Amino acid sequence: MRLPVYTAALTGLMASPALAADLELSLEIPRLTVAEYHRPYVSVWIENPDKTAVKTLAVWYNVKLKNNEGQKWLKDMRQWWRRAGRDMSLPADGVSAATRAPGKHQVVFKPGALPAGQYNLVVEAAREVGGVEVLRAPFQWPPKARVSSSAKGASELGAMSVTLKP
Amino acid sequence: MISLRRGAIAAVSLMAVLAVPVAANAHRQWLLPSATVLSGNDPWITVDAAVSNDLFYFDHMPMRLDGITVMGPDGSKGEIKNGSTGKYRSTFDVQLDKPGTYKIANVSDGLMASYKLNGEAKRWRGPLADLATAIPKDATEVKLTQSQRRLEIFATRGSPTKEVLKVTGQGLELEPVTHPNDLVSGEAATFKLLLDGKPAAGVEVEVVPGGNRYRNGTGEMKLTTDAQGAFTITWPNPGMYWLEASVRGGKATVPNAERNASYVTTLEVLPD
Repeated sequence: MRLPVYTAALTGLMASPALAADLELSLEIPRLTVAEYHRPYVSVWIENPDKTAVKTLAVWYNVKLKNNEGQKWLKDMRQWWRRAGRDMSLPADGVSAATRAPGKHQVVFKPGALPAGQYNLVVEAAREVGGVEVLRAPFQWPPKARVSSSAKGASELGAMSVTLKP
Repeated sequence: MISLRRGAIAAVSLMAVLAVPVAANAHRQWLLPSATVLSGNDPWITVDAAVSNDLFYFDHMPMRLDGITVMGPDGSKGEIKNGSTGKYRSTFDVQLDKPGTYKIANVSDGLMASYKLNGEAKRWRGPLADLATAIPKDATEVKLTQSQRRLEIFATRGSPTKEVLKVTGQGLELEPVTHPNDLVSGEAATFKLLLDGKPAAGVEVEVVPGGNRYRNGTGEMKLTTDAQGAFTITWPNPGMYWLEASVRGGKATVPNAERNASYVTTLEVLPD
């Protein structure tokens, strides 16, 4: 019984530093004083400098509606939908999640196998009866030391920072 | 008389090679989809169908719905739902029940004839099948024009697919190089015009943005197809655009007829 567990632990130990590295996203969803407020749909993905998508890390949407009806509005996150979302099968384990309330959120991702190079972490928010905003924070992979990169939203998103840990 | 007519036809075929554009029709026919890029498991679109000068305002005539066809992403025949025709426009719905790109089209192939009967000028308009009985045997100076019109729009659920973009090889058609549901403001999109399946070179393409009620200029762009029938548009703004091209000449399928082929589509350009 214990053997597979040991194997898994061993694999973890042997993994390259790049595979083990963390990407920590700190994201503020602003509190808005509007008559009708709905939490925004948010997508988080890694892109190449030419804006082609590498990997979707998270999609926060209304995952609880019956018959996946919440997916009807995923296309409102236009850039993510065009570059990644429309080719994905959703819901996806570890990617699909519920929308989040206004406030500061910390999420740790393990990007895993990613060729060394320059990337952007992209966050796109689209709100029902509201607008759309996209933020990008550049980063280098794999990280050699703890480094941070940040961006600031003006409407649908607040402060965003990305911290990489080897 | 007959040999004279043949001479005229020879001249027409010569023009075909040059693919002479036809002056735009007085009124524009259009299909306007409520959306072209969709997500989710059961998206629907609703479509306005009308004939008018201004785009996209229904203020002249509704388009009849009996010629509308729907092709699903796998090439299967779909259906329109909730069709209705009002004073100025028709509307109908299409359920995108499969993932991929749908085509909604109104393709027509009709004839116009002018002739003289006992010295009196007559006109007739109708389907190809009625030609044999429509024109009296003793008619003279018979002039036939075959009008092949193709109006089509596209809408995609999920990833864009290409099955519905296949051309038929009849009349004037658009062969997309850029997928018609993947258009973004500031980017360039390339399409090819084909006449009977072959590149239609030197054809003028008119591209008109919707919403002219709220600006003074029409904003229309005129492009000309190159030797491969291709043309490229860099979208100046997001919005709905009406695209039209027409050609006089080429092979009519009806003997002794001049042919007029036209293509119309509505394209949605999204913001980046």
